[in-house]
Amino acid sequence: MAVLVIAEHDNATLSSATLNAVTAGAELAELGPVTVLVAGEGCRAAAEAAALVAGVAKVLCADDAVYAHFLAENVAALVVGLAADYSHLVAAATTTGKNVMPRIAALLDVAQVSEISAVVDADTFVRPIYAGNALATVSSNDAIKVITVRGTAFEPAAAGGGNAAIKEIAAAGDAGLSAFVSQELTKSERPELTSAGVIISGGRGMQSGENFALIEEIADKLGAAVGASRAAVDAGFVPNDYQVGQTGKVVAPELYIAVGISGAIQHLAGMKDSKVIVAINKDAEAPIFQVADYGIVADLFKALPELSAELDKEA
Amino acid sequence: MKVLVAVKRVIDFNVKIRVKADNTGVETANVKMSMNPFDEIAVEEGVRLREAGTASELVVVSLGVEQCRETIRTALAMGADRGILVHTDAELQPLAVAKLLKAVIGRESPDLVILGKQAIDDDSNQTGQMLAALMGWPQGTFASNIGLGDAGAAEVTREVDGGLETVSLELPAVITTDLRLNEPRYASLPNIMKAKKKTIDTVTPEELDVDVAPRLVTLKVEEPPKRQAGVIVDSIPDLVQRLRNEAKVI
Repeated sequence: MAVLVIAEHDNATLSSATLNAVTAGAELAELGPVTVLVAGEGCRAAAEAAALVAGVAKVLCADDAVYAHFLAENVAALVVGLAADYSHLVAAATTTGKNVMPRIAALLDVAQVSEISAVVDADTFVRPIYAGNALATVSSNDAIKVITVRGTAFEPAAAGGGNAAIKEIAAAGDAGLSAFVSQELTKSERPELTSAGVIISGGRGMQSGENFALIEEIADKLGAAVGASRAAVDAGFVPNDYQVGQTGKVVAPELYIAVGISGAIQHLAGMKDSKVIVAINKDAEAPIFQVADYGIVADLFKALPELSAELDKEA
Repeated sequence: MKVLVAVKRVIDFNVKIRVKADNTGVETANVKMSMNPFDEIAVEEGVRLREAGTASELVVVSLGVEQCRETIRTALAMGADRGILVHTDAELQPLAVAKLLKAVIGRESPDLVILGKQAIDDDSNQTGQMLAALMGWPQGTFASNIGLGDAGAAEVTREVDGGLETVSLELPAVITTDLRLNEPRYASLPNIMKAKKKTIDTVTPEELDVDVAPRLVTLKVEEPPKRQAGVIVDSIPDLVQRLRNEAKVI
């Protein structure tokens, strides 16, 4: 068994989701080493960060302008050229991993196992289907397994303690099919949704984007990330990257506070593995209360300022 | 330009699914089936391109059992021109679907293929990327905007974890839809009547010379552990006290 984890990074540091993927890779690689591929432009620092991750035996660094924006067409060509040395190709089930991994699988003529939540053995995996309302155990007979990993299901590997060798590898060229134009990334001082310990999310009940200030005030007192339901994103209250759910981000913080969110199955799919769930909703019949550890039936416009004030009091 | 859209028949998104007692799968008998919501967005985008005059023809493909014909009919009622059913009772996994679509593309030669980013049954999120790979075409996944200003290229804004990213793709290309691309229309009654007269051709995987044998074997399907409902607390101070002293999470 030899496992290649395709890293997601910003050229300087690895994404937290990659550390979860390394853990899944280590479970797969009981009999062999975990190699991490860092492809980017000016990505040496990220490769050095990968070399320090516990459990990583080797880092491949492909530093070239064609990987600057991790275009799937170019990254897939690189990975396919490396694939013969590995039994498993693994990436985090982020938008980056979801974009590139199926392209690699198809070029290798193998299936992909999407968003696994557990490793049973080297060929067998558990993955959620139907928005997490069922868990399928699937087995792959393909020679190379292409896998994406649900971050919340695997502990992150320790970012330090490793001492892997870094090998520079040649780029595989520009496929010439696509080009990066621009990006608009949401800037925030708050923690990332997928790795935050506390998340407070708003739904349609927030009524407007301005009202999210009530949530942000509490988020800052708790050191929390801010999320949203699909309804709140569709209504334009907050950007798309706030969305928690079946097709948005899957999160499992220590504490998830759902405010003005009714609890559609598509939203529950993204947060029901949270350790403690609090629901604030004026509708006592809202399905969110069926998964909440603590519920408050109240008007959020009264409850949020009161919660904010209460958090200021000494414990 | 010619646009091809693929649609999947899935359990309706409002249905609370039930795992079969023998753990072989999910109960689909007597369950409401609908078009995969992301595929509705793909059809809508194709129809809008057709209405704007950008697309000269919109072909809709579905793959699977005979009843997929109804899903195609829904797309025709939304405004697609004609349909193709790749008819099989076999289980189709994403790689097989991508291979079948490649064969259909070989016959139809579209300039643009639009698919949903994922189906809400198996939640795989693979087919579009796989199809692009097999065709040697670029891919624009998770699209929230598609611009077709320049001849021969598409500018696609993608919903990514950090926000939005825009890429330029040489045509032909495969684009997969995200939720914010558009709001699909409901078919009007006159359009539903008109759709009944539109053509749906039928082909089989054998005729397309595609091996659809599954690569993944499902060993079992189980219900996830159920979360128990907790308590309704009376006041915010009570909530904060419990979060601090009982749950110890703040």
